[in-house]
Amino acid sequence: MTAGEMGSMGREAASREPAGRPPVGDRFRQFQSSLRRGEGKRERREGGERSMVPRAEFRSYYGRPVLKEPVWHHDIAAYLFTGGLAAASSMIAAGADLTGRPVLRRTGRLTSLAALGASTYFLINDLGRPERFHHMLRVAKPTSPMSVGTWILSAFGVNAGAAAAAEFAPLLPQRGVLGLARRVLPPVGRGAGLAAFLLGPPLATYTAVLLSQTAVPSWHEARRYLPFVFAGSASAAASGVGLIAAPLSETGPVRRLGVAGAALDLAAMHRVEHSMGLVSEPYRIGRQGRLLRAARACTAAGAVGALVSRRSRVLSALSGAALVAGSVLTRFGIFDAGKASARDPKYTVVPQRERLEARAPSHDHEGFAGS
Amino acid sequence: MPENSLYGPLDPAPDAGYVDAPPRMGFFTDTSVCIGCKACEVACKEWNNVPEHGLDLLGMSYDNTGGLTANSWRHVAFIEQPVSRDRLADRGTGVGGQAGNQPPAFAGMPTTTVAAPESAVAAATTGKETGTEPGVVPGPEPAAAAPATTQFLGMPSSVLPGQLPGGERTDFRWLMMSNVCKHCTHAGCLDVCPTGALFRTEFGTVVVQEDICNGCGYCISGCPYGVIDQRKGDGRAWKCTLCYDRLRDDMMPACAKACPTESIQYGPLDELRERAAARLEHLHGIGETSARLYGNDPEDGVGGDGAFFLLLDEPEVYGLPPDPVVPTRDLPEMWRTAGKAALTMAAAVAVAFLGLGRRR
Ligand code: SF4
Ligand code: SF4
Repeated sequence: MTAGEMGSMGREAASREPAGRPPVGDRFRQFQSSLRRGEGKRERREGGERSMVPRAEFRSYYGRPVLKEPVWHHDIAAYLFTGGLAAASSMIAAGADLTGRPVLRRTGRLTSLAALGASTYFLINDLGRPERFHHMLRVAKPTSPMSVGTWILSAFGVNAGAAAAAEFAPLLPQRGVLGLARRVLPPVGRGAGLAAFLLGPPLATYTAVLLSQTAVPSWHEARRYLPFVFAGSASAAASGVGLIAAPLSETGPVRRLGVAGAALDLAAMHRVEHSMGLVSEPYRIGRQGRLLRAARACTAAGAVGALVSRRSRVLSALSGAALVAGSVLTRFGIFDAGKASARDPKYTVVPQRERLEARAPSHDHEGFAGS
Repeated sequence: MPENSLYGPLDPAPDAGYVDAPPRMGFFTDTSVCIGCKACEVACKEWNNVPEHGLDLLGMSYDNTGGLTANSWRHVAFIEQPVSRDRLADRGTGVGGQAGNQPPAFAGMPTTTVAAPESAVAAATTGKETGTEPGVVPGPEPAAAAPATTQFLGMPSSVLPGQLPGGERTDFRWLMMSNVCKHCTHAGCLDVCPTGALFRTEFGTVVVQEDICNGCGYCISGCPYGVIDQRKGDGRAWKCTLCYDRLRDDMMPACAKACPTESIQYGPLDELRERAAARLEHLHGIGETSARLYGNDPEDGVGGDGAFFLLLDEPEVYGLPPDPVVPTRDLPEMWRTAGKAALTMAAAVAVAFLGLGRRR
């Protein structure tokens, strides 16, 4: 074996070995190619919208991001959806309970329970140290939306869980201790369901504050609109599940709620995508831009479908599915847009520079490289 | 909660509930005297047992660290800048260049005689035919120079970058800055931490407790400077502690101790602010008008930094945000908006079930 062969084998072994050191220069090459990739994408995708945002001139440290990109994985995007779905489903279940719509009630409670389970999984799975998830319960901190949310989710979970348990009462035997439970569970379920109704709106909207209470430009600047997007998106998604599962005779309220939720979502999302200047841009370009365009199409189609499908079970279910899909896509699109805005120093530097210049118009802009 | 504790000037340790807190301690990093030796980076790793960040060549001047990460709590940035002739003439005789001289056009490499023959490498003008790129000629000691003819090792000479044999400077300058966690008065990372792992010390600094952090990652998005970071394979968040352990024993943080030029100065923040103001005045006085302080103003978006800087160019050139604001400033407004959205949602559900003519 020649020295050259040995050398190349060694290199291959190093790159195969998970804990091994990558070849020298690797990080630089990756960085360079990511810069080039990013540029190319921007050029192509901006297309007709380029005129809206003037090409930003700014300086940076070798094009590196100023901020750290959020380390959250798509678990959190998924949680944005499941958390909202759990919240709004419980609210629909409480409404259905009080207005005598048993199938819609059952659907709502069970959907809520399932979404709650998924939420818990996503939240814990995303932690760097999942086995320490209970450290969240050490403190209650109003400045940390994640802490506030932990407590909202815990309180909501107890009540939504109790309400869902009531659905299993008819399966219990008539007599004995379990018989007692069989009689007690429905009223307990109704009370817990009402408590979940009250906790639902905070659960559906705190996640918007969670995203906005960051330095991530496109999330922080969207703080006036995101809570409305999330409230609307959650309502639309849960209504969608109702449309899929409940008989036509019970779907009146979820049709109305689905349309209202979709309208709120679309209107607030329009502001996010167009009214924030440069930091609106990440919502329109790249993969997340495509997700959000698809989201808009699904949500709008679902809302129209919900209005016209009063007589068709199939059409209702299809409309419901479109509403659910729209909500999922909206959450993933918003999540990725924030990440994209943290990755590019442009979205950090340019708005801050403009802010500074607006404050001190006479400021002498001293540049060496530029001059 | 009074709104002032979310934003605006204040003394963080008493605000966090310490009675009889010692004076607030911090760093003043004067980049105008930094020589880019990276002693701070090394000392920090040694003292705090920070793991390696990967041996690599990044293609960013002498910066092969890349930035502040979970595994680099001090980071020395290197910026190479061509300086225009007008600019040099403007600056007069103070720093770099003499008024009215005609430095040669920027040639990419400093033109200089080698300062120490042992360095074995002499940077040369690109005008000379050397056969290598960038141009390298043997040093004055043939024996020592022999190994250097094949490869430019990038050995720095001890004269100023871009200095001509006569003492004038070319139109080239080099900025170096040792970056670090700012230990903000209003720390975005600390505000959002849901476990209480991040806390305010009696010295007014911000520290992560590694036995509490569960790696939720919120602090990483909360920091407007992009400082704190999650360590891969470990999952927890890590950053500069301003050597909390050393401070409690009345010792200077490791980086400041190791800095040979006193570019990193450690002390009570009030004193550092005075020192920085005096230094700035001095630099302006000798014509270095590009000098400016960064993070020293208690009225800024984070209530002032516990670790602040003297810079020679705009902050973004060093990878710093030009006007950082702690996200918490807008928290009351954000909770109010969420409240409105929540009420809207509750009303929508109620109306959908009860209202508007009870259609089925
Ligand atoms: S917000 Fe960033 S710079 Fe400020 S103390 Fe936290 S990690 Fe350091
Ligand atoms: S990652 Fe650790 S230090 Fe950072 S916010 Fe979460 S628990 Fe706190």
